[in-house]
Amino acid sequence: MGKRIGHRTVKFTNAPAIISFASAAGENEKKGPYGGYFDLTFDDGLWGEKTYELAERKMLTRVSQEALKKAGLTPADVSYMLAGDLLNQIISSGFAARALEIPFIGLYGACSTMAESVMLGAMLADGGYALNVLCATSSHFATAERQYRNPLELGTPRTPTAQNTVTGAGALVISAQKAGFPAVTFATAGRVIDLGINDVSDLGAAMAPAAAETIITHLEDTDRGADYYDYIITGDLGTFGSEMLLRMISGTGRDISANHRDCGVLIYGGDKKMGCGGSGCGCSAAMMCGYFLNEMKNGRINRMLFTATGALHSPTSMLQNETIPAIAHAVAIENGSVV
Amino acid sequence: MNYLWAFAIGGAICAAGQILLSKTMMTPARILVLFVTLGVFLTALGVYEPLAELAGAGAQVPLTGFGYALAKGTFKAVDEYGIMGALTGGVTGTAGGIAAAVVFGYLVALIFKPKVKK
Amino acid sequence: MDIKKSIDDKTYKRQVKQKEPKSRLLKECAAAFLVGGLICVLGEALNDIGGCLKLDKQATDVFRSTALIFLGALFTGIGWYDVLGKFAGAGSIVPITGFANSVVSPALEYKWEGQVLGVGAKLFTIAGPVLVFGIISAVLVGLIYCIFG
Repeated sequence: MGKRIGHRTVKFTNAPAIISFASAAGENEKKGPYGGYFDLTFDDGLWGEKTYELAERKMLTRVSQEALKKAGLTPADVSYMLAGDLLNQIISSGFAARALEIPFIGLYGACSTMAESVMLGAMLADGGYALNVLCATSSHFATAERQYRNPLELGTPRTPTAQNTVTGAGALVISAQKAGFPAVTFATAGRVIDLGINDVSDLGAAMAPAAAETIITHLEDTDRGADYYDYIITGDLGTFGSEMLLRMISGTGRDISANHRDCGVLIYGGDKKMGCGGSGCGCSAAMMCGYFLNEMKNGRINRMLFTATGALHSPTSMLQNETIPAIAHAVAIENGSVV
Repeated sequence: MNYLWAFAIGGAICAAGQILLSKTMMTPARILVLFVTLGVFLTALGVYEPLAELAGAGAQVPLTGFGYALAKGTFKAVDEYGIMGALTGGVTGTAGGIAAAVVFGYLVALIFKPKVKK
Repeated sequence: MDIKKSIDDKTYKRQVKQKEPKSRLLKECAAAFLVGGLICVLGEALNDIGGCLKLDKQATDVFRSTALIFLGALFTGIGWYDVLGKFAGAGSIVPITGFANSVVSPALEYKWEGQVLGVGAKLFTIAGPVLVFGIISAVLVGLIYCIFG
């Protein structure tokens, strides 16, 4: 007992460790500066499938299978699959779970799903409720555009704050009491924060307050300084959202400008055609399970706070002139944990 | 000379649309609806016809021109058929454009595939 | 941490508006003017072709509209129209070629949902309102014209 600290943070005492991870990405992501880190890549968006939805499903299924393979596990060894995506009824996840035949817990956190699944997966493992937990999420540019925005071939220009939904997926396996792997040490759950932004092409600004709130709460609860972490990583705030985040945090007397990184900013390397950067659950998932966890495994990063943010609007809420509520979950992942 | 006016007027109407697109949160669909209805009402007020005389395609090609065609068709039908013309005229006047959009739209959608790569 | 204590909605929204990357209005209007103007020039050329073919005014109108709609649809299918749109903005949306683009683009990507409920139903997701409000305003105007002369 006594695993809760501060306002909203959980401390893990049984070293739920990330024992394996795998990532997939599409053509534009492969061309970015981190292209070499993704395990599986494909061109043209369809990956040989008939529809984009099938391609996204294939991505999610394959990364999950790859993560299991790397851990030397079969689906029968896995207690739960925690997965989510951006599509209605999270069909990519549900259908992938059908293929994998693992007890499935579907999640919707929009682009915060990767952190949400790691947080819950760590809780299940740490509490002894699961032996191995598979956490996975995906997003696909074409499927997201169809559902949320405009037809692919519609000739409308982007606004300067727009981001590009990443075609990518990430999966990892968490197992308790495993030494020698990066472990999830703390998790801070987010509350839904809404400061009244109603522009769907400026999601970075909509989500930045949620990220600020969760990061500050985490630091307060754990009594750690911002510089404790090698990197404080956000999922897809983009260049403008990151700017707003840094302003808000410095407004509270802390400074994360030195060690803050945003997966959306990184993944396309500042390519102007991608607007303010990448977005989507697959953005943080692919970067985490492709690049950041790899660096942790090799000891080049030892402590990171992974804070994925999600915008919780829907096409219907936007038509009804609602504002955009957002959420951010943070998980601290560190090397050198003691079992 | 016609070409110059077509270019200038047509360009100006599009530039006006661009101001709306950039400065307001109006979506393209709403801007198109605005322009079509503006075309209808400006024609009814007698303002659009002289513009069409002057600029030709410069007034006909932008979507305000679609409104112009709707209004002209309506007036013609009302002159011929009385009140029933109010219902039949607009659609009749733009029947060619609507049918073309449906037919070509359907055919092209059948033959081609959308692309992700930009 | 209660974020509402450190910053309120209005202040945040104001900061966002101040700090967000701005679109360059002059450049965008110039692009819209240029492309929109050129498409209208093409339309005027089609009008002249209609004259050469000895078509009467009404037939010329249908010829011009049909040709432009065909071109808009074709370039949408080929995948060039959205490239044009990113540059030209309203210059590609406002002309009737943009109307064709708005008809074809949703239909293109709903093929997998079948002919009737996919392609068929989606042809007018964006262009539909144009017809609805265009026709309503025409009927309104016709009624007023009929009653008041």
